[in-house]
Amino acid sequence: MYRYDEFDRDFVSARVAEFADQVDRRLAGRITEDQFRPLRLMNGVYLQLHAYMLRVAIPYGTLNSRQMRMLAHIARTYDKGYGHFTTRQNIQFNWPALSDMPAILADLASVEMHAIQTSGNCIRNVTADHFAGAAADEVADPRPYAEILRQWSSVHPEFSYLPRKFKIAVTGASRDRAAIQVHDIGLHLKKDADGRLGFAVYVGGGQGRTPIIAKKIRDFLPEEHLLSYTTAIMRVYNLHGRRDNKYKARIKILVHETGTEEFSRQVEAEWAALKDGQLTLPDADIRAIEAYFAPPPLPPRPEGDEAVKLSRLDSRSFSDWLGQNVVTHRHPDYAAVTISLKGIGEAPGDATDEQMDAVADLAERYAFDEIRVSHEQNLILPHVARADLKAVYDELVRIGLATANSNLITDIIACPGLDYCALANARSIIVAQNISRRFADLERQREIGELKLKISGCINACGHHHVGHIGILGVEKKGAELYQITLGGSGDENTSIGEIVGRGFGPEEITDAVETIVETYLALRSSPVEPFIDAYRRLGPQPFKEALYAGEAKAA
Amino acid sequence: MKVLTANRLSDGEAVWYAAGGWQETLEGAETVADKDGEARLEALGAAAFAANQVLDVALVDVVLDDGAIVPTRLRERIRAAGPTNRNDLGKQARPPVAHAAA
Repeated sequence: MYRYDEFDRDFVSARVAEFADQVDRRLAGRITEDQFRPLRLMNGVYLQLHAYMLRVAIPYGTLNSRQMRMLAHIARTYDKGYGHFTTRQNIQFNWPALSDMPAILADLASVEMHAIQTSGNCIRNVTADHFAGAAADEVADPRPYAEILRQWSSVHPEFSYLPRKFKIAVTGASRDRAAIQVHDIGLHLKKDADGRLGFAVYVGGGQGRTPIIAKKIRDFLPEEHLLSYTTAIMRVYNLHGRRDNKYKARIKILVHETGTEEFSRQVEAEWAALKDGQLTLPDADIRAIEAYFAPPPLPPRPEGDEAVKLSRLDSRSFSDWLGQNVVTHRHPDYAAVTISLKGIGEAPGDATDEQMDAVADLAERYAFDEIRVSHEQNLILPHVARADLKAVYDELVRIGLATANSNLITDIIACPGLDYCALANARSIIVAQNISRRFADLERQREIGELKLKISGCINACGHHHVGHIGILGVEKKGAELYQITLGGSGDENTSIGEIVGRGFGPEEITDAVETIVETYLALRSSPVEPFIDAYRRLGPQPFKEALYAGEAKAA
Repeated sequence: MKVLTANRLSDGEAVWYAAGGWQETLEGAETVADKDGEARLEALGAAAFAANQVLDVALVDVVLDDGAIVPTRLRERIRAAGPTNRNDLGKQARPPVAHAAA
């Protein structure tokens, strides 16, 4: 994985020193909150309901065991023994004191981590496929390009005061696991007919209060033009993006209001002036960054097949976990493992300091020291020999992280919601927990099959409800929580935005409503292998509306 | 009826104004029931903000339930108690403050 060079190290240390000084001055009352607020946000420090919150960047969701242990250390030393992994592949600590921030950031810097650009109207953490470098269906690892974008966008003087925040995602596989079409810029790394690497470029996607699917404005951008073309997009946005209305300031509104064709024309015109200039990436530079992401040498472990076969016979629960949480690796002797942070009845994405330490140990011992955070709020060990899967599983059982529910209905994305977040209107976690408990039975979950359920506690949609097969949006109505259901959303290569099914449900009703939807699907699917999303696309909303609201129509 | 609340500068802890100063629990906070009282608390809040003691200062609606101060909005009940999914965190972890919700 990427290692800091001298420049990175100096830059991060200088920022820690600068922010430490700003915190000191704030605590001493020498600067006001109005002066300090933008400074703390630039360093990932928010104020939530109960305390400050620190959001730490995990570039493209990749970290090593040393970094994971440091996150555990921070949770233990400065927080309350846990952290929350987010849909931007980052981690949030919910209880740190402002006075501890300099020490926390110094600890992070010691393992090449920071919280820069995890907030504010700048280019945020670039996300990537969590199976990058391991996936069998990958053309090339997208992370070198995410790293190039990270270096280019870090305190970029021209793009530090954009009209609004800006999110970029990259995938290198045909199966999109990075939800690139709901990003400000989505990049799909692929090869052209001559075998050259480049990108399909999507612009203007996003969720929030105005969900829009990104438009493809270029089918193939040769890799060397990544920065010049991205700069052209950013310039058009920076110039024309709306600054008069925060809710209309994202690039998706600009693309929508300008029209895709005209927007592309403006980008191409801007690019014509930039193309083949100093932003062109020299091949040697791309290959040098790529070298940091070279896959670990994977020695042959052909004994894996037999070992897995025997262990499966021996343990039904191992077999279930293998079937659900382990995916094919490009190397036949290896596999990628999803560590579910969605234990039944647990808060999605939360991990204790002990669990983080244990995952770090596992990564070090069995997974070439690599860990990923998925945007679905799970952890991934991308390279595990099949021969070691049982040992990994046994340890995950010991630390309570062996729930075999990847991609099932209890693998829920949920934002922190009103239990923590100052922006939220309704709780998310407790809704996720109740649904998780209702569908706790693994056999039932597997019978239901792949079902992505996503919950947001406000219209900002941090819980990605717009792209949930079943999406739940919490709102406040007459002082009470109300949950709106959307159906048919999807955040993959066939992205769609969910449609509101009807009136909302109270906190006591929402779990039943989800169950009604699931039962309706089970009764109407064409066969046990027709997934929920396919059935919904075939059937449309009507049968679900009838199941949810039929009684009311009669009563009326 | 209203109380004055904020978060403490140094650690972000949710605090409420009671006669004489800021405290970490809602119980015993000063309540006001008229415009004059609200204006007085608002001025106190503005002064504390200006003095860099607190931030996110707000007057919030409360009712008295059996003598106990209960915020009208769930958001404020959660601030006063802690996350509803983790009764071991926040002020509710220090008995005897009631939970915000079951």
